[in-house]
Amino acid sequence: MSDGSSESPLEIHDLTVSYHKKPVLWGIDLCVPKGKLVGIVGPNGAGKSTLIKAAMGLMPLNSGWVKVFGKPVKKNLRRVGYVPQRESVDWDFPVSVMDVVLMGRYGHLGLVKRPGKTDRDKARECLDKVKMLPYANRQISNLSGGQQQRVFLARALAQESDLYFMDEPFVGVDAATETAIVDLLKELKERGKTILVVHHDLPTAKEYFDMLLMLNMRVVAFGETNEVFTSELLQKTYGGRLTILSEVAEAVGKQQ
Amino acid sequence: MKDLIPKFDYELVVTGPWTTDFDMYGWMMLMGFLVTLSCGLAGNFLIWRRMALVGDAISHSILPGLVIAFLALAAVVPHDADGEHSAEFMMRWRTPAMFVGAVAAALVTVVIIEVIHKWTRVKQDAAIGISFTSLFAIGVLLINRFASNIHLDQECVLYGELEYVPLEPMLSLGGTNIGPLPLVRMALVTVIVIVLLLLFYKELLVTSFDPNLAYSIGVNPSVVHYGLMMTLAVVIVSAFESVGAILVIGMLILPGATAALISQRLEVCLWLTVLHAALSAVLGIHLSLWLNSNSAAAMVIVGTALFVMAWAFHGLQKFVLLRRAVRSDADGPEDSIPNAA
Repeated sequence: MSDGSSESPLEIHDLTVSYHKKPVLWGIDLCVPKGKLVGIVGPNGAGKSTLIKAAMGLMPLNSGWVKVFGKPVKKNLRRVGYVPQRESVDWDFPVSVMDVVLMGRYGHLGLVKRPGKTDRDKARECLDKVKMLPYANRQISNLSGGQQQRVFLARALAQESDLYFMDEPFVGVDAATETAIVDLLKELKERGKTILVVHHDLPTAKEYFDMLLMLNMRVVAFGETNEVFTSELLQKTYGGRLTILSEVAEAVGKQQ
Repeated sequence: MKDLIPKFDYELVVTGPWTTDFDMYGWMMLMGFLVTLSCGLAGNFLIWRRMALVGDAISHSILPGLVIAFLALAAVVPHDADGEHSAEFMMRWRTPAMFVGAVAAALVTVVIIEVIHKWTRVKQDAAIGISFTSLFAIGVLLINRFASNIHLDQECVLYGELEYVPLEPMLSLGGTNIGPLPLVRMALVTVIVIVLLLLFYKELLVTSFDPNLAYSIGVNPSVVHYGLMMTLAVVIVSAFESVGAILVIGMLILPGATAALISQRLEVCLWLTVLHAALSAVLGIHLSLWLNSNSAAAMVIVGTALFVMAWAFHGLQKFVLLRRAVRSDADGPEDSIPNAA
């Protein structure tokens, strides 16, 4: 591809999105540099999930545009990988772990074509990376929360994208899976991928991500984690939410 | 008690349909199989997309589609002095007009459901209830208003007339009889459903399981949705002549629901649907002969019995698995989460 490495993986300009006529995101401007691990933090209802959905074109925009590697997102969907919230799908659906990971290959196949041997090999390789290969033929309803999340990660790996959106991958997973996800994110970053992760836990946000996007309907701050993770900006992001504020104080306290 | 249980005439009920009366019941069994198969295959996806009621909606809302198609046809029929030409015209265009009307009505239903669901706070199930009953009511009003121009047998709309299939005109090709016309049409529809299923299995699977992912890899879920709805409309309109608007819903849902109790693999479920369709068609004919009843209703009853049997099987399976799990627990857990080293 001739897009060159200078182009930003994700550029958003003046993005406004509303849900049932209520605005959820207002005038978002964002330019994410390549090869960064970006955490998206903010209170409930700040529009974190909406932002990544809108960025992928899953929601209608009221205004603004989104460019992925310099092209409108619709033209470059193949370079975007997605890990939705775990609860967004029906885990009783009659498919195996392998079937789900193979779905990550569909984008490379085009209409009508079925996944072949190379796709299966790729899927196996991705399952191995998240230590789920022994479970390849399991029905997905027999998995624990952490295992389900690993399957979704394996599927995202199988997509072989350059820009990844992950919606709360750390919710409801065991400690082992959490470490596995962090390692995987670092590995992806080292391979030059750009990853945006919706995250709800502030203390670990500081630890896991290079950059933080603080969101509360608008972009409150976007920058290197050590620069923006200040009590002032966090208060601005979370507003007067008392329960969160004590958490913030604790998180900032740890930093100092 | 004797009056309650009908006499069981072995020759009439068991051997008859396969020997002396095969000419008649063979066609009926085949038709029942084709209807249940094509409905059941589409139904599997309806169930997993949580759209089982959409099949219900479409089966009712095609009524105004049919009525309007007939009225439109009657309006464009060329008028001859003796009227002979127009009758021939009617015969030739009746079925295509019916299909177009039904598919259009199905699309209107689906669009109305979507629009109500998206633009108001009314949830999808309520939106389904509003759209198909309104359309059905429009159909009833149109029939009342223009009844003289429309030849729609209301009993047939409700219960279907599988019994008439063998009496329909035979389609012959190069001198050999292929089969009654509605059966040939149903066979064609079944083949189309199977071909579409094989071609777009991957797209159906990913849009059913995870529409957001589907969209993000360039498979548009609404295109697949409308494609499925159009196929469903064609299946329902070709099926409902023989099984009626109510029983067709059973044929949409029962095979997939039964299969889902037995297997947790979609491919296996689809094969089980074939088996379910064959069993309900054949056993349904035998049951209807024994009870001297409507055959389509008997087929649905057999389908329900198969569902109950699968339910029992499922319960038994769970029990056995639980026993095995308890036993293996004594030897130590075999299934711990592998550690991320």
